[in-house]
Amino acid sequence: MQDDDVIGKAYDSRLMRRLLGYLRPYWRSALVALAAIITHSVLQLAPPYLIKLVIDTYIPAGDLRGLVNVAWVYLAVLAGSFALEFVQTWLMQLTGQRIMYDLRMQLYAHLQRLDLRFYDRNPVGRLMTRVTSDVDVLNDLFTAGVVAVFGDIFTLAGIMIVMLGMDWRLALASFVVLPLIAVVTQWFRSNVRESYRTVRAWIARINTFLQENLTGMATVQLFRREGRNAARFDEINAAHRDANIDSIFYYAVFYPAIELVGALAASIIIWVGGLNVLDGTLTLGVLVAFLQYSARFYRPISDMSEKFNVLQSAMASSERIFTLLDTPVAVASPSSPVALDRPLQGHIVFDHVWFAYQNEDWVLRDVSFEVQPGQRLGLVGATGSGKTTIISLLLRFYDIERGRILVDGIDIRELDLATLRGLFGLVLQDVHLFSGTLGGNIRLGHEGLDDLAVRRAAEAVAASGFIEDLPGGYDAPVAERGATLSTGQKQLLSFARALAFNRRVLVLDEATSSIDTETETTIRQALEVLMQGRTTIAVAHRLSTIQDMDRILVLHKGVVRESGSHQSLLAERGIYYRLYQLQFQRSA
Amino acid sequence: MSSLERPASTVRRLLPYFHRHRRPLALGFGCILATTAIQLLSPWVLKFAVDDLTSGVTRAKLLYYAAALFGIAMVGGAFRFLMRRVVIGVSRHMEYDLRNDLLRHLQRLPPAFYQERRIGDLMSRATNDLNAVRMMAGPSVMYATQTTLVFVVAIILMVSIDPWLTLVALVPLPFVSVSVKVFGSAIHRRFERIQEQLSELSAVAQENLSGVRVVRAYGQEQAELGKFRVANQEYIARNRSLIRLQGGFYPSLTLLLGVGALLVLWQGSREVVAGRITVGELVAFNAYLLMLSWPMIAFGWVTNMLQRGTASWKRMLELLDVPPAIADPAVPVPLDPLTIAGRLEFRHLTFAFGGRPVLRDIDLIVEPGQTVAIVGATGSGKTTLLSVLPRLIDPPAGTVYIDGVDVRDLPLATLRAAVAMAPQEPFLFSDTVEANIAFAPEIAALPAAARRQAVEQAAGLARLDKDLGDFTNGYDTLVGERGITLSGGQKQRTSLARALVTEPRVLILDDALSAVDTYTEDEILHRLREVRRGRTCLIVSHRVSTVRDADFIVVLDDGRIAERGTHAALVKQGGLYAELHRRQLLEDELSAIGD
Ligand SMILES: Nc1ncnc2c1ncn2[C@@H]1O[C@H](COP(=O)(O)OP(=O)(O)OP(=O)(O)O)[C@@H](O)[C@H]1O
Ligand SMILES: Nc1ncnc2c1ncn2[C@@H]1O[C@H](COP(=O)(O)OP(=O)(O)OP(=O)(O)O)[C@@H](O)[C@H]1O
Ligand SMILES: [Mg+2]
Ligand SMILES: [Mg+2]
Repeated sequence: MQDDDVIGKAYDSRLMRRLLGYLRPYWRSALVALAAIITHSVLQLAPPYLIKLVIDTYIPAGDLRGLVNVAWVYLAVLAGSFALEFVQTWLMQLTGQRIMYDLRMQLYAHLQRLDLRFYDRNPVGRLMTRVTSDVDVLNDLFTAGVVAVFGDIFTLAGIMIVMLGMDWRLALASFVVLPLIAVVTQWFRSNVRESYRTVRAWIARINTFLQENLTGMATVQLFRREGRNAARFDEINAAHRDANIDSIFYYAVFYPAIELVGALAASIIIWVGGLNVLDGTLTLGVLVAFLQYSARFYRPISDMSEKFNVLQSAMASSERIFTLLDTPVAVASPSSPVALDRPLQGHIVFDHVWFAYQNEDWVLRDVSFEVQPGQRLGLVGATGSGKTTIISLLLRFYDIERGRILVDGIDIRELDLATLRGLFGLVLQDVHLFSGTLGGNIRLGHEGLDDLAVRRAAEAVAASGFIEDLPGGYDAPVAERGATLSTGQKQLLSFARALAFNRRVLVLDEATSSIDTETETTIRQALEVLMQGRTTIAVAHRLSTIQDMDRILVLHKGVVRESGSHQSLLAERGIYYRLYQLQFQRSA
Repeated sequence: MSSLERPASTVRRLLPYFHRHRRPLALGFGCILATTAIQLLSPWVLKFAVDDLTSGVTRAKLLYYAAALFGIAMVGGAFRFLMRRVVIGVSRHMEYDLRNDLLRHLQRLPPAFYQERRIGDLMSRATNDLNAVRMMAGPSVMYATQTTLVFVVAIILMVSIDPWLTLVALVPLPFVSVSVKVFGSAIHRRFERIQEQLSELSAVAQENLSGVRVVRAYGQEQAELGKFRVANQEYIARNRSLIRLQGGFYPSLTLLLGVGALLVLWQGSREVVAGRITVGELVAFNAYLLMLSWPMIAFGWVTNMLQRGTASWKRMLELLDVPPAIADPAVPVPLDPLTIAGRLEFRHLTFAFGGRPVLRDIDLIVEPGQTVAIVGATGSGKTTLLSVLPRLIDPPAGTVYIDGVDVRDLPLATLRAAVAMAPQEPFLFSDTVEANIAFAPEIAALPAAARRQAVEQAAGLARLDKDLGDFTNGYDTLVGERGITLSGGQKQRTSLARALVTEPRVLILDDALSAVDTYTEDEILHRLREVRRGRTCLIVSHRVSTVRDADFIVVLDDGRIAERGTHAALVKQGGLYAELHRRQLLEDELSAIGD
């Protein structure tokens, strides 16, 4: 759906109306700019007329005083044009920038609300294009497009009126060529549109390719893929180039064609007008003015095709932007969330939960369990059995297909999202760090967390050691994705983050998988104290990590196969027992 | 005006790209020349027509003038068509060359480079900046040439009509050049700052979008929006400063031009009255002046594009000028990756990241076919030690050897073909599972059936076959960006299979089973036993169960080798390893008490 290949009409009134809606807060500036443009186009009509006056009136009469007056008028026109043009460019561009700002913020805010399913489907590179270049393209629409087209239309209409007023027969004769313009423009439009579509598709591929391969460059190099990648990139790149070269053809034909039509008009004026001058039905001045007017007539037309290009890309971009803005937020706070008279306690119930990422490929089937406040729940199971999925559902990253998930007896779909998520401190299986500082990664944007809380959390997970070793300590810089830290260190930071937020329920998804045994023991001891009376849900492959949990769920292919305490599960002699046997044998 | 000189030397770096297309460029210039020359003929025709009209003319002659005007436009149009086609076409070819060169260069830069740079910033340079450079190389070159030509020829023709009047018409010219110079360098500076901020904006968005789960889980949406707002506001502010400039720049050119036209009208008509020139000449003169108006506007335009282009080109050069810190040696030692025995040797290897020592005096020999396990606390330097072998990190010369040859003396391709690694953090590409496993070029190049067979075998070793059996599309399942639609363990095993499928001489597993459950782990280790036979293996793990079978175990402590020996020997020794063993045993036993 969010396809980069989509391209609508060059002019789509529905989109245009919506775009113009963004002008509304700035209607005053826009109005002033529009007035400036119209006045400017009217002023544009003056110079040829002044020349006509000079040639027809003042020169034959040798009237030098009249010439001086004309010069003054001309100068006034020039000064006026300058001021108007300045006001118009400045205002329009300023408005364009403001609209861009608004649109970017709106897009970004919407992206902050969209659910995880959306992010599973849409690569980051594509979303980045929406936020950056697509919005920039729209800017052109306001600065070089829409408003300027108004100007052109006024200029054209003005010229036609003046020409008709000066000599309607000659005017009509020169308008004979207008249908030709329509034909040429139509041909150009339909072809350019097609080639524009192709170009866009290739650009999108180039960006996605770059984005992915730059991020995974170490893997590319480790597996010697440079040559193959370069060849693949070359293919995309060449296709992009050729698509562009194809489109040059249409532009290369279009401009000369319009000029040719202009020349044809000039020839007609010379021929017909010249005959009239010979007949004495036309003055020379009018003929000259006509020639100048018609020269000014074709400039905006070929300009318009330039703007047509802008319009074309702007429509395509806005189509994509609006599609994104219109993407419904599948997981959102209910319009009237359940009012709570006390903070959530963390009583969690999964009640016959069914879930699939796609269609009917069930990842969880009829999962039911209950965690009392203060209880500790362990999740074990083979890889891919659905442990992470359970956690994602609990935080309402996705909505379930069937069944209910209750927190404190309330269906989570009826809770305010922020309230629900505010219940949990989560350590994700895939660690994500932001560029910034070490302390900043524990605190995130939560300004209320003081240094002491951050430090305590780091100490609890035994991360303070390496943090204080780094120059700058908690203020030491972190590169994008935490690239300069060891994997275990990153995991410790994200663990510290979960503790620093001091939430009722701690959710740990393989939170210590990359951490050495000694550190892990330290953390476990610290947690004993910290999590006193709080709920913990932990996923782990090492049974030692979860064996002293109050209750353990054994998941197999999305089904809860066993559940109970460590001891009772051992007594059951099922999957858990076999897992345990295996682990015990191997370490002994 | 240093900011105007710098671009000049920067632009010089672009010349090789022009040079590559010198033939079409020469043709293009020819077309520009022809177009301009022909374009300048029509006012001349006009002059004759108007003059003849004042002095009396035949109808036939009038028709002839009309036809001449049209004919000139025809020929001119043909050249104009060619000009665009050729010159803009060349700019697309240059864009293509530049983009290819940029990728090739980026592929040679070591991982350390990518750790310092933000991907959003790199992307911005490879897309937005490249586009600005193309505009400079194509349209702006075309218009600049055309403009200059029109300018020169029009002035010559004007002089031939009336030198004095020409002088009058050109009075505003010095002001134009001053204005271009002043505005030009200011545009350059401001544009540079805008591009910088665009990079920043991209980087902020990029990080947010790829960390969406953390943002949601911790309710950071508002804080993130705040971060973005700051970047966005700054971007707009910087754009505004450019707008003010441009708002003044273009109109000022038009104004200066208009003043020229005014002066001509004023002075010219006085001369017509005085009988020094004809009306036709005045009209032609005006037509030329009108013709100059286009170059004048184009001039402003070209200035703008040139300034933006050079600013962007500078930013691209910053990337292109980063020397590939890890590259093939000047005189490589030829070795066949297939016949490498796999004897590894670390000699007094000491390594530091920015002055912070991470590995200290590592002395280690691994005989061909041996399996060596490395254990050690978080951050003790295990990954760093492994990374120097395939030169993801460059070791100092004379410290790391494979079959007695310094790894720095081997061609990178040979070295990396001999050494395969399953990294600690797997990276998957948004492609099929099969394509992700058959990632090494020699496997990817196999015929489909053979490739599938190799992939299936490797997936079997990594125990990925179980999971794939449950997927509707099996090996053709598309994994999302970075493997987002796979579970943690599935990702890790895909990455493991990717290393195994190359059947390397030296196999490196960096905690490659950390996200895999005990049962599957056991199955994999069992199968790996076969694989390990006959090849050198380095295995990092925190689990005693994973490392106990190794020929010997190395314990790293804060970058130093603290202990080494077999499992049995180390347990007996009673050091760090024995402590680790005791701890893990204890944990497992503890829970057994109630059994
Ligand atoms: N975003 C997603 N879209 C589609 N399928 C998914 C997605 N995330 C996970 N899956 C699939 O759902 C199943 C369960 O995945 P999940 O991540 O819950 O497993 P897990 O138990 O956490 O495994 P591991 O121990 O390997 O982390 C897997 O088969 C996986 O391929
Ligand atoms: N690119 C880098 N720049 C600066 N410091 C780094 C970089 N990579 C690693 N370090 C530091 O070097 C030390 C060793 O890191 P390394 O990744 O080798 O540890 P490790 O033993 O693999 O740890 P883990 O068990 O967590 O994977 C750590 O303190 C880490 O912060
Ligand atoms: Mg998981
Ligand atoms: Mg490591």
